[in-house]
Amino acid sequence: MRALIAQDLKLSLRQGADSAAALVFFIIAGSLFAFAVGPAPGLLARLAAGVVWVCALLAALLPLDRVFAPDFEDGTLDVLLLSGLPAYEIAFAKALTHWLTTGLPLLLIAPVLAVMLRLPGGQINALLASLVPGTMIFSLLGTFSAAVTLGARRASVLMPVITLPLMIPALIFGASVAGSAHPAAAFYMLGAILAAALPLAPLGAGLALRAASE
Amino acid sequence: MLNGISFALNPGGFLLLRGANGAGKSTLLRTLAGLTPLAGGALLWDGAPALADFCTHAARVAWLGHLDAVKPALRAAEHVPVAALARVGLEKFADLPVRLLSAGQKRRLALARVTASGRVLWLLDEPTTGLDAASVARFAEICAAHRAGGGMIVASTHTPLDAPDAQELAL
Repeated sequence: MRALIAQDLKLSLRQGADSAAALVFFIIAGSLFAFAVGPAPGLLARLAAGVVWVCALLAALLPLDRVFAPDFEDGTLDVLLLSGLPAYEIAFAKALTHWLTTGLPLLLIAPVLAVMLRLPGGQINALLASLVPGTMIFSLLGTFSAAVTLGARRASVLMPVITLPLMIPALIFGASVAGSAHPAAAFYMLGAILAAALPLAPLGAGLALRAASE
Repeated sequence: MLNGISFALNPGGFLLLRGANGAGKSTLLRTLAGLTPLAGGALLWDGAPALADFCTHAARVAWLGHLDAVKPALRAAEHVPVAALARVGLEKFADLPVRLLSAGQKRRLALARVTASGRVLWLLDEPTTGLDAASVARFAEICAAHRAGGGMIVASTHTPLDAPDAQELAL
């Protein structure tokens, strides 16, 4: 599994456009809100945490159609499935790679967008703390829907339709961590979602991969 | 759909699948690999159901599909060890990105992965596609070496191979 992760990281470094596009999208989409809502500090600050969360969610979706599709198209998926590695481990490795190449960079760049949107300084730590499990949930559930839609004719259209509703609970609790009077409660709910997604999403994705390769 | 197919392969055995395009050679190979489920009948390994545990069966199989499963952005040596590259005569191209290799060289790279796998059963779908005559001869030698070590091969091919003792299955 380590070899698979290393190879995928190497590939995404050499074809870095996908991850970079997600980051650029994140910053541009976030700053569009400032243009649309106007620069009034009070209003922007109230919206900021939610805007960062929604933009991170949408940005994390962008590279999902390249998680399994290249391997499916060039025959690597068959070789992977016959490597002796259980299918859920393949799916987990892909989710981890997606997080390392998309989730982690989003996390690192999120403070910039938060400051641009005038999020109060004291809430930035809470926002980042909520985005750590948040981006992990995006990667796990996103990988699951990428596997489910693999081989479908309109996969790129189908995938957001399947992924976005799955992300709503994480979005509700995650965006309310920053600025909430009781951030711990929402944060624990986020942790619970991550704890459920961690085993279930790779298992489901693994089954979908087996079905896609039939 | 394939019907009424029955064969047994012993250690060192070589089964050649013959048949027109679309006859079901690839489907049979995928079924032997456990990728496509059996609609009926049984696939046995040493007398026991081979597909009882997919991962156990997968660990016996080296797979060469009709696609090469190589990554254009990676170098040849990043796919397989250099020793395996030497077996298919690609050692000079070890540091080249795969996108610069020709179709036949990519096929040989995919073949090198099979030889490096250490698996007992090789399932090869049209392994000689795009290979030149020298490479086909080399492929026959690689197959002979694998069989001499007790390995088994099931291959579909249209090219005549230098393997006079191979079993043939017409689909």
